[in-house]
Amino acid sequence: MTLKDVKEILEAEVLVGSDQLEKPAKTAFAADLMSDVLAFAKPDSLLLTGLTNPQVVRTADILDITAIIMVRGKKPSEETIKLAEELKIPILSTRYILFETSGRLHARGVTGCIEKVGGET
Amino acid sequence: MAEPLYFEKSFDVEGGSFQNAGNVSGQIKGILKDLGVSTDIVRRVAIICYESEINIVSYAKRGTITLTVTDEAVKIETKDEGPGIADIELAMKEGYSTASAAVREMGFGAGMGLANMKKYADHLIITSELGVGTYVRMMVMNFQKILHPDLPSITL
Ligand SMILES: Nc1ncnc2c1ncn2[C@@H]1O[C@H](COP(=O)(O)OP(=O)(O)OP(=O)(O)O)[C@@H](O)[C@H]1O
Ligand SMILES: [Mg+2]
Repeated sequence: MTLKDVKEILEAEVLVGSDQLEKPAKTAFAADLMSDVLAFAKPDSLLLTGLTNPQVVRTADILDITAIIMVRGKKPSEETIKLAEELKIPILSTRYILFETSGRLHARGVTGCIEKVGGET
Repeated sequence: MAEPLYFEKSFDVEGGSFQNAGNVSGQIKGILKDLGVSTDIVRRVAIICYESEINIVSYAKRGTITLTVTDEAVKIETKDEGPGIADIELAMKEGYSTASAAVREMGFGAGMGLANMKKYADHLIITSELGVGTYVRMMVMNFQKILHPDLPSITL
C-alpha cells in the first residue's frame, strides 16, 4: 500500500506532500500523546493522531515517520503546515474518527508498528 | 588509513517556549546523517536528544545540549538552569510527571521521557541540584570503529 491508497481509503485531504504519495505505508501507530509516540512508534510508519500542533511534525521528523494522518477532521495551524513543508513530512486530514481510521487501514492490510507493549513485537 | 572522526558542537535551548522545541534535535540528526553515522544510531540519538530537549523546554529556564561524535560513540550532554530534580529515581519511573497543563497540551507529560532515554542510550547519568539545574549525559556506542579497527582511539 502507498500513501495514495491511504488517501483514498480515508477519503483524506492531502495538506502537505502531494508529491510524496508513492511512499509505501505498511505499518502505523495511533496516539494523541507524543510521549507515547516517542516511546513506541517505529520508523517508516504512519502516525495517526488528533493532535495538530507543530510538535507532532517535530516528533514525526525525529522518528522518521512516513506521514501524519490527522483524524476527526482536524486541520493543523499555518505554523504546523509550514514546518511540515520544511521537513518534507506529508500531512493528510481525514474526517474519520481515530477508531474508524485505524480499522479501515487495518482491514486493508496496514498493521500496528508494534502489536503490544512490553515484549517489543 | 581513514581519518579518525571527531566532531563537537554545543547548542542553546530556550526554556518555557515550545516555539523552537525540537529544532536542536533536528539539527543534530542532520549533522549525524552528514557525518555518515549509521541510521540506527542516528535514530536512537535523535530520540534521546529530543526527549532531553523537550524536558529543558518543559521544566528549565534555559540549557545547552552538546553533541560529541567519534568513531566509537555519540555523546549527548545536556545542562540546564532550572528547578532541578528532587528524586531522580522517582523521576525515572514510567508515569511520574510534574508537567504543566501547557506541556500536556503539546502532547507531552506522560512521564515516559527519562525511561525512554534510558532504553535507547547505552549509558545514562543524571545529576541534579535543587534550585540550580540538571545535567544529563548519554552515550550511544558507534560501531564503525569495529568495521575500521585501524582507526586511532579517542576516549570521550
Ligand atoms: N531538566 C529537568 N529539570 C527539572 N525537572 C525535570 C527535568 N527533566 C525531567 N524532570 C522531572 O522528571 C519528570 C519525569 O520526566 P520525563 O521526561 O520522564 O517525563 P515527562 O517529561 O513528565 O513526560 P514525557 O517525557 O513522557 O512527555 C518530569 O515530569 C519532571 O518533574
Ligand atoms: Mg519528558
